[in-house]
Amino acid sequence: MKRMNWFAASFLIPFSIMVLMFLIVPILSMIYDSFQKSGTGFTFENYQTVFESDFYLQAFANSIKISLFSSLLALFAAIFATYSLTKFPQSVQDKVMNFANLTSNFAGVPLAFAFIILLGNSGLFVLLFEKMGISGMSSFNLYSMAGIILIYIYFQLPLAVMLLFPIYHGIQDQWKEAASILGASNTQFWLRIGVPVILPSLVGTFSILFANAMGAYATVYALTGSSYNMLPVRIGALVSGDVFAQPELASALALALGVILVIAMLFNEWLMRMVRRDLR
Amino acid sequence: MKRPFYHYVTIGIVVLYLIIPLLGTFLYSFATEWNHTVLPEGLSFEWYQRLFSDSRFIDAFIRSLLISLGTTAIAVLIIVPTVCAVILYAPKLEKYIQAITVMTYAIPGIILAVGLIRSYSDFQLSKILIVMGAYFVCVIPYMYQGTRNSLRNINGAALMEAAEVLGASRWGAFRHVIVPNIIPGILVSALLSFSILFGEFVLINMIVGTRFETVQLYLFAQTSKSGHMASAIVVCYFVLMALITALIIKATSSRKTKKRAAPKKTWFKLTLPKKEAVKS
Repeated sequence: MKRMNWFAASFLIPFSIMVLMFLIVPILSMIYDSFQKSGTGFTFENYQTVFESDFYLQAFANSIKISLFSSLLALFAAIFATYSLTKFPQSVQDKVMNFANLTSNFAGVPLAFAFIILLGNSGLFVLLFEKMGISGMSSFNLYSMAGIILIYIYFQLPLAVMLLFPIYHGIQDQWKEAASILGASNTQFWLRIGVPVILPSLVGTFSILFANAMGAYATVYALTGSSYNMLPVRIGALVSGDVFAQPELASALALALGVILVIAMLFNEWLMRMVRRDLR
Repeated sequence: MKRPFYHYVTIGIVVLYLIIPLLGTFLYSFATEWNHTVLPEGLSFEWYQRLFSDSRFIDAFIRSLLISLGTTAIAVLIIVPTVCAVILYAPKLEKYIQAITVMTYAIPGIILAVGLIRSYSDFQLSKILIVMGAYFVCVIPYMYQGTRNSLRNINGAALMEAAEVLGASRWGAFRHVIVPNIIPGILVSALLSFSILFGEFVLINMIVGTRFETVQLYLFAQTSKSGHMASAIVVCYFVLMALITALIIKATSSRKTKKRAAPKKTWFKLTLPKKEAVKS
């Protein structure tokens, strides 16, 4: 090891203090809090409350469903769109990728608001379809699970495109040529070579998208306040609770959310090991 | 080159999905009245005039600017030297920084907020300082990636050694050799960090609330009052983000042309995609 002198150390100290104060300590104290109940000492009561309450279980179910569907749909669209994109000249690719990069800024409160304008109770599309005599739209409710999934897809799409685009460059035209010289059809190429090569990246992308949706708070909060029952919304309501703040319960929920994210990550790693032969 | 039609369709769907909410908001911000008709009844700059003469908006904008710029500056001053020191002199510690990076990237703002509120609710520490500390932690992944990639591109270790062999002091070598070479990369990371913090909603809303009204909080308050004003804010916010994104793209692509040996698309790896949970 090279000399670790005052020079390096003098920078490490403020950095470590910041990380300790604003990352490690808050997380540890949250974990500690989740096992406390107003001075009764160590207890599982908070977790019992959470897992025995239909209300909180519904928040889990809603969050997982919305995250799952929005991630899958965004991934599905991005798989085809990014593949098509590789067929276009470099300048078009750059433009579309810059556009994706730009729209990835559009999330949270501004995004929820834009969708309210379009599809809210007197949204532009609702008006448009009414005038056109299409009645199907009037039954659409933006403030429902379907509506929230639509909004989540919006911020998942640019992320999915940006994460997937580089992986198609891993599939080289030479491979296709080699495969077709050896007599493989296009379907066979994708089945035997293309998909196995990109599968790990797809799984990885999916788990990032899922985690991203699970933790998203601002979008749904801006859309429905605290009324739509999702995990981050419940946590927010419990901790800042205008009347009855229950921070210990909030800590338990937050830890449960964290555990779900960790499980998703471990699942991703396990799947990665299953599909990637070089890791075995 | 002739492309099958479906390549246009797949990309078209994604681009349309991403562009329609933007266009809707844009039009709405210029519309005088748009509640019963398919197209706006008239167009005007009224909402922008009102917005820019509203001192509450100007104040909110200045607050957003101060807190994001301030934190970004602190982050650059602390994180960049730390990462440099670790990579150049204590590579064994790098895995800890990587662990911190993964942690902060994976932990949703809502969880961090719960932890912070619990840890510091009893202290007389200014709430704004707590948010700034949390922001510091939030930008670590982006600053770390940018610094590490810049150092790798210029082969920092060799440069440092050469400078020291030639008689430069350690600090002098860092200040006069490393810093000028990594500045462009750091600037990109700083811009990215700034844009993320400028759009942050969860932490500022949960920890400080309306006592320190940023643009996001002001927008949130306006959405329930005046849709037109809110859409004007969204457009302004989006234009600012577009400017920053354009700067980032310009900076990264000009470096790309300078270093012809570098593989295409390095900037996708250079910049971690933003997540909803971190930035809002």
